[in-house]
Amino acid sequence: MSHDHFPHPWTEAWSGARDSLPMLLGAAPFGVIFGTLAGPSGLSAAGALAMSLCVFAGSSQFIALTLLAGGSGLAVILLTTFVVNLRHALYSATLLPHVAGLRQRWRVPLAFWLTDETFAVVQLRYGEADGSPHKHWYYLGSCLAMYGNWVMWTVAGILLGHSLPRLEHLGLEFAMAATFTGIVVPMLRNRPMLAAALAAAAVALAGRGLPYKLGLMLAALAGVAVGTVLESLEAK
Amino acid sequence: MNRHEIILIAGMTAVTFLVRYAFFALGERLTFPPVVQRALRYVPVAVLTAIVVPMVLLPDGAHWQLSWRNAWLVGAAATGLIAWRWNHLLGSIGGGMAVFFLYRWIAG
Repeated sequence: MSHDHFPHPWTEAWSGARDSLPMLLGAAPFGVIFGTLAGPSGLSAAGALAMSLCVFAGSSQFIALTLLAGGSGLAVILLTTFVVNLRHALYSATLLPHVAGLRQRWRVPLAFWLTDETFAVVQLRYGEADGSPHKHWYYLGSCLAMYGNWVMWTVAGILLGHSLPRLEHLGLEFAMAATFTGIVVPMLRNRPMLAAALAAAAVALAGRGLPYKLGLMLAALAGVAVGTVLESLEAK
Repeated sequence: MNRHEIILIAGMTAVTFLVRYAFFALGERLTFPPVVQRALRYVPVAVLTAIVVPMVLLPDGAHWQLSWRNAWLVGAAATGLIAWRWNHLLGSIGGGMAVFFLYRWIAG
């Protein structure tokens, strides 16, 4: 069977990296700040690099620094890491139907590299109607771009630290907000989707003071619940 | 890197990976019941909205900025408008970022 009429795997990978470009910009300031803050928080330069290479999860890395600086123990940091990362389980459940048929040697790295940003573009690609059998290459392309970018900016933060121009004041983080907005708005095609977004927004705002990104997790669950219930009511 | 750091990073790596991998590990052995499949279709909209809305309405993470002086709000509104009208992702991101930076430059 020939897949000649579909994009080549490398073309898919390139598209995944290209579509992640705004979020590469958006993640850059956070990578730099993480690298800069590591030393003062009591994490060695090698430790900071190792964390970006092995953990690769921005929000839990930042929270780990805060906890380290505050003298928290190992168990507390690990439990916090678990709670902060819970939303990734939602992402992997959502993507599972698309990757279930892949071999473990694909599923392991694709799980390791799963982030908010990659989830955002990859779920969009999987939702497109063309039956390309190479969409996991798109996923891989987004992962590699985000990973290389995160490690690179961590290193920049460690090495250059405070001598870097104040990257956090450039407003690059807006790129992530723009990407997520551009992805979400066209998805608000019917009432359940709109209601899901409104519920998620309301709970996220109400719960923004909760620790460990719990507000975000609750908001996601609330949005999903409202959308699903409304959809079943409308189907009746 | 001392022993304590190695244990910490190994632990965080294991916890993070297991959360991300748990569902992928099961592969085709796990099929969700229809109601869960329907529910999962709302995950992207719910979670991405939950991330973006507080960023845009409270750019500094602490104070509400429900005014036209908020470049985040203006930029996100522009992004949303372009996305809604033309349904072109990179165009909406580029347009939204252009509005955001121009706005900051003019207003700042």
